[in-house]
Formats: sequence, structure tokens, C-alpha cells
Amino acid sequence: MKFTGKIWKFGDNIDTDAIIPARYLNIRDPQGLAAHCMEDADPDFMKKMKKGDIIVGGENFGCGSSREHAPIAIKAAGIACVVARSFARIFYRNSFNMGLPIFESRTLWGEVTDGSEIEVDADTGLIRIPGVSADPVRIQPVPPFMQELIADGGLMNHIAKGRAK
Amino acid sequence: MGMTITEKILSRHAGLEEVRPGMLINARVDIALGNDITAPIAIDAFRKAGGKEVFDTKKVVLVPDHFAPNKDIDSAEQCKLMRDFAHEQAITHYFEVGEAGIEHALLPEKGIVVPGDVVIGADSHTCTYGALGAFATGVGSTDLAAAMITGELWFKVPETIKFIYHGNARPWVSGKDLILYTIGRIGVHGALYRAMEFVGEIFRVLPMADRMTMANMAVEAGGKSGIFIPDEITEVYVRKRAERPYEFYTSDPDALYHSTIDIDVTKIEPQVAFPHLPSNTKGISEVGNVPIDQSFIGSCTNGWIEDLRVAAEILKGRHIAYGHRLIIIPATPAIYRQAMKEGLFDIFLDAGGVISLPTCGPCLGGYMGILAKGERSVSTTNRNFVGRMGHPESEVYLAGPAVAAATAVAGRLAGPEQL
Repeated sequence: MKFTGKIWKFGDNIDTDAIIPARYLNIRDPQGLAAHCMEDADPDFMKKMKKGDIIVGGENFGCGSSREHAPIAIKAAGIACVVARSFARIFYRNSFNMGLPIFESRTLWGEVTDGSEIEVDADTGLIRIPGVSADPVRIQPVPPFMQELIADGGLMNHIAKGRAK
Repeated sequence: MGMTITEKILSRHAGLEEVRPGMLINARVDIALGNDITAPIAIDAFRKAGGKEVFDTKKVVLVPDHFAPNKDIDSAEQCKLMRDFAHEQAITHYFEVGEAGIEHALLPEKGIVVPGDVVIGADSHTCTYGALGAFATGVGSTDLAAAMITGELWFKVPETIKFIYHGNARPWVSGKDLILYTIGRIGVHGALYRAMEFVGEIFRVLPMADRMTMANMAVEAGGKSGIFIPDEITEVYVRKRAERPYEFYTSDPDALYHSTIDIDVTKIEPQVAFPHLPSNTKGISEVGNVPIDQSFIGSCTNGWIEDLRVAAEILKGRHIAYGHRLIIIPATPAIYRQAMKEGLFDIFLDAGGVISLPTCGPCLGGYMGILAKGERSVSTTNRNFVGRMGHPESEVYLAGPAVAAATAVAGRLAGPEQL
């Protein structure tokens, strides 16, 4: 998996109310949710972003509610992947379960500015920042079980595969 | 080497002699919970995966509480989808409006969750049941769908941080103040991925409700779960309610902890978490002059009968400030009835407050007390993120019921001793 895109940089503790405010939780259609993606963090986000862009967050990205609507909204908005210093645990689980690629990097956040282009290579575990730094940034390794989940196409497919055995 | 209570419960449910932090396990789930916001997505996933029957009709629990009674047409559709599924699957623990209350108050009250359980819920505050000495954690809708089909789920065994509370509480200091103080000290990701084990002499005198409040907010420190070692207070609470046999686990003296944090309770005054993080705490003596438009007492954090009694004690014979709004939401129909019987409703109504039906409602900006641009609410809930209770430019100040009630009277942030 490789993702090249322009980044939208957010700070620490971007909570699920900022990613998809609860006032929209009466919706469950992915496109309906995507229309309000990141609305309370940046009201113009959906007007500015383009498909294939990348979100870069600080510590504890996706904290708060268990709502899977948050990674669903990000994925349906067309965001290619999220890279953060750390993720809140339910958001982390949900993203793997429903197939939103997410990566942890302790250092990327400090090296990029809003609008930078980055290249995320999940296979080599490296992120390049063309024009800024010659040295690639390392992604925290994804645990083997989580890699298996991704390879199987999410938790439900993983279970179906396990039950078929 | 010994194990913590969390490790013991997980090892038993994984069918293993022992587990250690970091291990990935598949554990049997005693209860799998969903609500009107999260269950519809889980039901879609259940069907998409070819799910025909849930693994156990008694162990899947569905509660319409967030936007129920239906707040609008879209919410009505979500509730209907969950209701139809519950009927189709003959779910024992589906609660219709009238029986339903806020899920995390309802399940312990009905004895559906018991000590020693592994509970997963598609709601982040599922960690509340740690108050009973159960391992309980919030998950997403896909995890719920998986558990509804298989009756089990994968977990990474968490490390545990032990929080030791020393000394006795000052007047008006409750479990809410202890947990807000704790989150203020370690930060909103201070317990990320970890279990929080709460111990201390003080829990021998605080009621079960305070344990619920504290375990409830473990997720606000990033915790995977919060847990108390069950004792006589647990036994008294559970004995008359439990609908299944239960088991008390305890941590071994030589159990290994990630770290231990000592907290001097005698130094803690009633707390307020300022916008926009639960860790942004101050003691009530340090809050300054902050005019407040609305006080909300309720939610899975503080909608217990004990919380309503504290509020009533302060509001009795007093009236809320001119132009202020006081909204009270008992968490379940039983708490609602009990409060009515005890005459608390008269006290609230005489004080100028309003009593709403059991719902999560305003806590997550649903309905029954949404804030306009620039408005401020003191709230006994668990989150004060941007826009949590309404307009993105409104503000939420988290506190316990004593501060919320006193604030309603003063019309600005205040504790009972400032009245």
C-alpha cells in the first residue's frame, strides 16, 4: 500500500465529536456522514480537501466516543489515510476493523506543515516528505494480527475466513 | 508471578491459565451491548456478513437511549431498525421506551452485567461496569457485529495502572471529583490503552454510584477499562439484582503493574473541568467568576439516585438564578420513580428546574438542552469537547452534582460552600 497526497494537519486530541459531531449521528449513510467530516475542527474542511488527501494528527487522534461513524466519515470523504503521533484505542480498532488505513509516527507531525505533500509506503514502513527532508520518517510497525485483519479486508471478512476453516 | 483482576478475568474468558500484558487473545463475551446510534451499523454489518442468528439471545443487549424517545425522523428510523432486529432475533434484553433508560445505568440496575464478566459495548462508556469488578470496554459497531455472531472478540491484554486514593474526602467531594482530579493529573491520554485499577479506603464509604462514575470516565483518560476490586458494597448491590451467577476476582499481591499513582484525597476540593478537555480541571476555589446559562444533572456519569439526592440537598428551599436553566434527567425509569417517591421532584420543580425523561439527550448534543452560540453549561456529564452539547462556540464545564446544583442557584460556577 502506497499513498501520496497533500496533508491536512491537526493538533492533539482530535475527538470524535470534532470528526463527526453527534448531531449527525442520526445518519448512517457513509456519504451523508462524509459531508460533515471534521466539521467542528475545521468547518470548511470538506470544501477544501480533495480525494486522496492525508490527515496528519497529533496525540490521541480519535479520542472520545466509540462511534464508528468517525472513521466511516473520513474514509467516505476520500481521505487516503491518517497518520498520527498516537490514536485513541477505540478509533484505532475501528479503523482496522472497517478498513481505513491508519499509521502511527512519533516524528512526522513535527516535520510537516499544513499542505505538505507526503508519500506513505506501508510496505517499507517509511514516509517521505519530498522537498523538505531527504531522510524518510519511520512508521511504527503494525502488529502482525492487525496486518492480517487488513489483508483479510477487515474484521468481518477475517471472521468469515476463520469460520470457513 | 501474580495477575491483576483484569488479567484474571481475561485469562478465564480466554480459556488460558494466565495472560500477560501485550498478549492478543480471543475472549468469550458475557454481554454485547448496542444502542440506537451504534447498533444500526452493527446490524448492517451482521447481515452483510451473512449473520442469521445472534450467538445468544440473552447476551446481546439493545437499548434505545441516545436519541430515544425518537428526536426526529432519522432517529426514528434508526430506533425502528434496532427494534425490528430485536424482535426478529427475540432479544431478551431489548428495552422499549418506558422501560429503557441510559444503558450504563440500566444494565447494572437490572443485574444484566455482573462481577467477573467480560462486557463489550458499542459505546465508549461501557467501561462503567468496571465498578462491579467486571472487565468492560467500549468498541465500535463492527466489533459488536462480530461479537453478535461469534460470542467472542479479540483483545490485547492491557497493562494496568493502579490508582491508590489516600485519606478521606472533604465535604461535597464525590467520585466525580476524584476522577476529574485524576484525569487532570494524568491527562486525556494518560492511561491510553491501559486498564485503570482504583483502590483506597475511601471506597469503603462511597456508594456504588461513585464507583460507576469513576469507572465511567476511565475512557476520558484514554483508558481501555476502569475497575474496582469487588467487596461487601459490591455484594450488597449485586445480590438482589444479578440474573446470572457472578464471581469476585481480586488482584494478587505480587501482580505486576505498569505504574502506581498515589492520590491524596484530603487535598481534593470539588472539581470543574473547563472547556474543551476533561483534563482541564480546577478546584472550585480557583474557578473565578464564570457566568453559566444552564445546569444539566444527568447522564451515564451522574444520573444515579445518589446524584439526584445531592442536588436536592442543595436545591431544597432555594431557587435557581434568574434566567438560568436547570435540566435534570434521572438515568432510568426506576431512578425516576425513586426520585419522585422521595419528593425530589418537588424540590427540583420548586427550585425552577425541569425534569426530563431518561435519555442521553443533551450530553452529546442530541436534544433536551442544546446550547446556542456562546452559551455555557455546567454539566455532570463526561465530555466537554468543542460542540459537545450544541453550537461549536458553546462551552461545557464538567462537574459533579453538588457543583452543578450550586451553580444553578448562583448563576455562575460555584460550589455548595459558596452559596
